[in-house]
Amino acid sequence: MKSRLTLLLGGLIWVASALLALAQTSLHLPRTVEAGAAFSIQSAGSGKAVLYIVGPAQVLRRDVQLGETISFAAGDLHNAGHYLVVLVGSSTETGAFDVTAAHQPTALSFIAKPSRLPVDLHDGISGVAYVFDTFQNLVLQPTQVSFQLSGVAGVPQTRTVSTRNGVAWTKLDSASKEGAAQFTAQVGGVADKRVIQQVPGEPCRLRMNVRASGQRLELETEPVRDCSGNAVPDGTIVTFTEIYNGGEATVDVPLKRGVAKTEMPAYHGATISVATGVVMGNEIHWGRE
Amino acid sequence: MMKMTGHRRVLWKPLLFVCSVLATLLVWGSDHPTVRVEPTGSVGPRTLEKQTETAVVRDYLQAWRSLSGALGQNRAELLNRDFVGTAKEKLADTIREQTKLGIETRYQDSKHDVQLVFYSPEGLSIQLVDTVEYDMQILDHEKLQATQHVRARYVAVLTPTEVQWKVRVFQAEPE
Repeated sequence: MKSRLTLLLGGLIWVASALLALAQTSLHLPRTVEAGAAFSIQSAGSGKAVLYIVGPAQVLRRDVQLGETISFAAGDLHNAGHYLVVLVGSSTETGAFDVTAAHQPTALSFIAKPSRLPVDLHDGISGVAYVFDTFQNLVLQPTQVSFQLSGVAGVPQTRTVSTRNGVAWTKLDSASKEGAAQFTAQVGGVADKRVIQQVPGEPCRLRMNVRASGQRLELETEPVRDCSGNAVPDGTIVTFTEIYNGGEATVDVPLKRGVAKTEMPAYHGATISVATGVVMGNEIHWGRE
Repeated sequence: MMKMTGHRRVLWKPLLFVCSVLATLLVWGSDHPTVRVEPTGSVGPRTLEKQTETAVVRDYLQAWRSLSGALGQNRAELLNRDFVGTAKEKLADTIREQTKLGIETRYQDSKHDVQLVFYSPEGLSIQLVDTVEYDMQILDHEKLQATQHVRARYVAVLTPTEVQWKVRVFQAEPE
């Protein structure tokens, strides 16, 4: 009887001490920590142990005294991620917590495309901005990003977009006037700028005039412009074609100061046409009544 | 009361050893995690072709294998194949730190639930969210300190290179 009682008492003491040990060595972890912020972990129990904080983004190892508060200074843990915490002493305790990106964005990764495009193109320019904190962590909390396209005549186009999973994007129209535009993405006090070159579009209207000069015809286009009135760049090829008595002559001329000029033989009854790219100009019938 | 004979004791130890090996193999031996790709609805301004989606998921899963090898063996060069930019730099820093501390970490991914969430209009970046489950082992000077099953939500941004997609941003966030 006495031995049974001793056994029961011993068992109770063992269970109680095991529970006490479990309670004493339990880790008190923060649920989340902001990247780069100071934080502490409370351990219980006594004796020495080794604390590991491990994730793919960062690893820390500390020799600790159980029962003391383990403090981590600002900057010790600066990479956002999910961290496993392991405390190895007389027993092993595990836990986990998350490190989130700092709330203040300090960097942008801004991709603007294309760098060159025709004027007056609807949704022709795209901008994508990824928002990062000072430790190059993607800021996953929704953040307002302001996109602005300016620098050419007219009112600047502005869009404010909230990030989703750290990224914001927009599409904007190219301006109706040619020239360099500034495309800016801004979040808080951080801005990133790209230059977008807006060039004239396809010629809109092509018209030539003719003048006789002895046995030759002097052909000259009117200034070639796109549909928004921008001069088509010099060097654009204009093709003059003359069809006469079953024969054909073709001359390719680059635009110079906005116009194309050439001379062709003056055949009676010839038909002369002009074209550039996919745009046909007027036709002239020479010498017909 | 039944007593274990010497003969049984001899059999018991190898059986225990075989069971432990089998259990370890079950956890660490499987090379192919279960992968579920969520149906892709709208991923933003650009249409995502099935072929692109397949390539992105394939390359992302391959990146996990590279990560596992690199962190398990403390070999940063194993990251080159599948990581670029910030992700590669941060993982390489972890490997440097592990080497300094004499630590190795083994990651064995067992389950991925992947959803592609953003494909940029110019096609230069694609973002996915992955609820991943993995087993993690921590070894300090080759001594196993802990094995833990982890479930976490990762956000990854991949960018195209000459022949494949590489992970540029790799970051876990609270679920």
